[in-house]
Amino acid sequence: MTRIDAPADFADRHLGPDDADVAGMLETLGYASLQDVIRDTVPASILHETQLALPEALPEAALLEKLRTVAAKNRVFRSYLGMGYADTHVPGVIQRNILENPGWYTQYTPYQAEIAQGRLEALLNFQTMVMDLTGMEIANASLLDEATAAAEAMHLAYGEHKHDGDVFFVSELCHPQTIAVVKTRAEPIGVEVVVGDHRKQAFGDRVFGALLQYPATDGRVLDYRPFVEQAHEAGVLVIAAADLLSLALIEPPGSWGADLVVGNSQRFGVPMGFGGPHAAFMAAREDFKRKMPGRIIGVSVDADGKPALRMALQTREQHIRRERATSNICTAQVLLAIMAGAYAVYHGPDGIRSIAERVRARAGVLSAGLGLLGHELLTDTYFDTIRVRPDDDAGAVLARAIARGINLRDFRDGTIGIAVDEVTLPEDLDDVFEVFNGGEAAEFTARSLAELGGPPPLPGWAARTSAYMEHEVFNKYHSETEMLRYLHRLESKDLSLNTSMIPLGSCTMKLNATTEMAGLTWPEIGKIHPFAPREQVGGYLEIFEDLERWLAEITGFSATSLQPNSGAQGEYTGLLVIRAYHRDHGAPHRKVCLIPSSAHGTNPASAVMAGMRVVVVKSSDDGTVDMDDLRAKATEYADVLAAIMITYPSTHGVFEEDIREVCEAVHQHGGLVYLDGANLNAQVGLARPGDYGADVCHINLHKTFAIPHGGGGPGMGPICVNEKLAPYLPGHPFHEVGGERAIGPVSAAPWGSSSILPISWAYIALLGPEGARRASEIAILSANYMAKRLEAHYDMLYRGEKGRVAHEFIVDLRPLRKRSGVTEEDVAKRLIDYGFHAPTVSFPVAGTLMIEPTESESKEELDRFCDAMVSIRAEIEQIELGIADADDNVLGNAPHTAAMVTADEWTHPYSRQQAAYPAPWTLAHKFWPSVRRVDNAYGDRNLMCACPPVESYAGAEAE
Amino acid sequence: MSDIPSDLLYSEEHEYLKATDEEGVYTVGVTDYAQGELGDVVYVELPNRGSSFSKMDVFGTIEAVKAVSDLYCPIQGEIVGVNEALEDDPSLVNSDPYGEGWMVRLKIVNPDDLENLLTADGYADHID
Repeated sequence: MTRIDAPADFADRHLGPDDADVAGMLETLGYASLQDVIRDTVPASILHETQLALPEALPEAALLEKLRTVAAKNRVFRSYLGMGYADTHVPGVIQRNILENPGWYTQYTPYQAEIAQGRLEALLNFQTMVMDLTGMEIANASLLDEATAAAEAMHLAYGEHKHDGDVFFVSELCHPQTIAVVKTRAEPIGVEVVVGDHRKQAFGDRVFGALLQYPATDGRVLDYRPFVEQAHEAGVLVIAAADLLSLALIEPPGSWGADLVVGNSQRFGVPMGFGGPHAAFMAAREDFKRKMPGRIIGVSVDADGKPALRMALQTREQHIRRERATSNICTAQVLLAIMAGAYAVYHGPDGIRSIAERVRARAGVLSAGLGLLGHELLTDTYFDTIRVRPDDDAGAVLARAIARGINLRDFRDGTIGIAVDEVTLPEDLDDVFEVFNGGEAAEFTARSLAELGGPPPLPGWAARTSAYMEHEVFNKYHSETEMLRYLHRLESKDLSLNTSMIPLGSCTMKLNATTEMAGLTWPEIGKIHPFAPREQVGGYLEIFEDLERWLAEITGFSATSLQPNSGAQGEYTGLLVIRAYHRDHGAPHRKVCLIPSSAHGTNPASAVMAGMRVVVVKSSDDGTVDMDDLRAKATEYADVLAAIMITYPSTHGVFEEDIREVCEAVHQHGGLVYLDGANLNAQVGLARPGDYGADVCHINLHKTFAIPHGGGGPGMGPICVNEKLAPYLPGHPFHEVGGERAIGPVSAAPWGSSSILPISWAYIALLGPEGARRASEIAILSANYMAKRLEAHYDMLYRGEKGRVAHEFIVDLRPLRKRSGVTEEDVAKRLIDYGFHAPTVSFPVAGTLMIEPTESESKEELDRFCDAMVSIRAEIEQIELGIADADDNVLGNAPHTAAMVTADEWTHPYSRQQAAYPAPWTLAHKFWPSVRRVDNAYGDRNLMCACPPVESYAGAEAE
Repeated sequence: MSDIPSDLLYSEEHEYLKATDEEGVYTVGVTDYAQGELGDVVYVELPNRGSSFSKMDVFGTIEAVKAVSDLYCPIQGEIVGVNEALEDDPSLVNSDPYGEGWMVRLKIVNPDDLENLLTADGYADHID
């Protein structure tokens, strides 16, 4: 028979090792078949023997065709809905060179600063832009969305407040989704939210913080100064949720006394994407710098004393603070923050101001026209949004709008909101006039009105007088050529998957296939407002339904919520769902959450945010949960036990044999089991959490299901639950989602970052049930192969009962440190000289490296990495033997920059060749770090998180 | 090996107590071993003078490059002095933990509490 169909061979592209490689790896391990490896790795008691009920794999071309058909069911309306989302022109140079460029989107969080200076600079630009526009002293990079940023700010204010206040005031003029998310976050930590009119608010003893929207959700620019004065007199911290673009024209919150400012940067050149992803921000007064949630980029120096960037105050992150943390945020929205920062660089202060002026002028024309048509105007001082009371029935106006392909905001009180933006055309406004004119064209046009004059000037108190974005970076890359080269310069400083493997344990840096990403920039995916009516998003809903069903099948559960926007947010949501279940079953006192000592730091932080009390369960010496301690704790807290949070395979990279017993012991005492799905990549098709006893698990779509990491976000952390918990899945004020007894929303948008969900959908559709299982098997095989190759050279920590690791393993460097003084950091930095990104350093055990190869790396690449590690081991031996200098050696001085090895003077006892070209492949392709080792302590002691003055670089470059 | 002066008292949480000229007032800081484990100290958050703490209360935090740790009050007492030099130069905790890197001066409530603390030998065993 001759085959004329296209083969469904995506798995062959996704998987690194081919059949011959697999045979070679099996031989090294001493196994006859892959099935034998799996049998010795995954406990028989949990092995899933049947094939997953997923659709058969599709060829790539067929998948693209299907995605086009499905996407075509979304209808792209002109959106005037506002509420913190605005359509925007993504500059082509940014779309192609950042959003669609694997050099940017496959990067990981910049833990290895020396090979991440590009995105660190891009993020510093973002922070500087946010600080300038908000008028604040510091800013972070970044948060998940505006609503959760407001909730984070509330939590920060709650912790900071000196008195015993437990009431948080929220202005009724905040965006509705923000109010809803803040309420969800407040209740478990014992904070009461009072929503009201800010002009009538009196501050008693109980109020600790207040949230205002600026401009207000109905479009008005309000003078908040009297409110802030009263609030500060009462010791109340004031948080402003601000629109960044508006701040180009109106007084920034920093000028009228806000203590914290949050917001979304979406309208700076990031598609709305039916909810995301986009980068939110938090800016603050200097006093809060050590309390800010999320990542802050700071300026430090390298080993030569030259300026170098790094993530500052990393120890403030939850992974060290654990149950004393006030935030669990980890993955943020780095790629989108980089895009927004680049938009600011590309347009510069004049460009941003002129975009803002045009937007306001459009609002002015709109207001004038609607006034001429006899409608009642409710917004006198505005930026981009006006609210009107039509002289006829609002329902009729809204219906005419829909018929015309226009979404207006229905305030449900006979008034209508209209928000214009960067993309609104004069002709679009004429259509709006027609809708408000009984369906007849108005006697005037937007252009004719514009000729009569601009919008009324802003009142003195509202008009911004201060300058912004004066730094050179915002004032030199305005031609496309210059911008292209600037972006390329930054990109080339960073090591991403287009250079070499990134073997970060617990991060799953697998292939992000081009086909999976294809739909991301289509208008049917990107140009849709998150609160567009259901009737317009049939394509999205089809993808969500498929994905919810498939994820539930893969995890062995019955329902899925796609709302959580990161793994940590999935944890928090899963625990809130457990909490709701206990409360609904007469057990609100069940608040104790057991967490093994080896857990990722987000676990205890999430538990505290969900109103639970953390009780730590010991780990045995072999890294598994100490069953005796677990039973003892479960018994001791039987009356108040809410849940256990457990990672499987464990954070130590082992399939623990007694996972079923762990689940049973907790169930026996009335607790539920939260399974952290960070390591799901070892399990797809092999074992299902719902089958072996979990009640809920989250899934990091950016790990297991191919959403790219983007340098530290976007991520997605949907949760899957069993029938018990399904009724409590989170709801949303603007769409019917979640269970019938839903908890409040945890994200601003109903399905989180909707526009990246097609990536995971495509991944599963392309692999099919066999490919998905094979991916897990190869991930396990590759990790075991590398562990085997390295075990003769390094000490290995933790293995399963039969000597096998899961999809990752830990190399213990502590014995070497004792003998040679070489630290885990030295090895990590030396790997840079070999052209590699380091594995995960010192997690989950200090003094170790955790290696996760994933299924996508070829055997050749695995071997190359192992060769590098073996070669480094020999370099360490030279130090141990006293042949190499104990202080001045290739490890301690790593990484070596081009400037260092080409300098006229070379004083080190080893050669330049040894320094920079330690392996043969580096001669064929050398990846140079752009700075020498970055001084961590200096940066944290002298925190500076805005673009440094240009002179500081000028001096360095002249040397 | 880390330095464990023989004339001081120690807690299992790695704080030391050093007698001062003033009766019942002790200087409190973290041990040489603790600063070594923490790595470069970048920030120390200390309580206000006049505040009181019970044994094992958290009286501050110490932030280093590798970790943030809570500071536990080794015995009940009142803060009568705070080392303000740490605000400008937290690295004193690394360079001179028992001298210029001290953190607070604690006026103790009950002298009997001292008996529950470790001697230098006891602390050496504890960290071994």
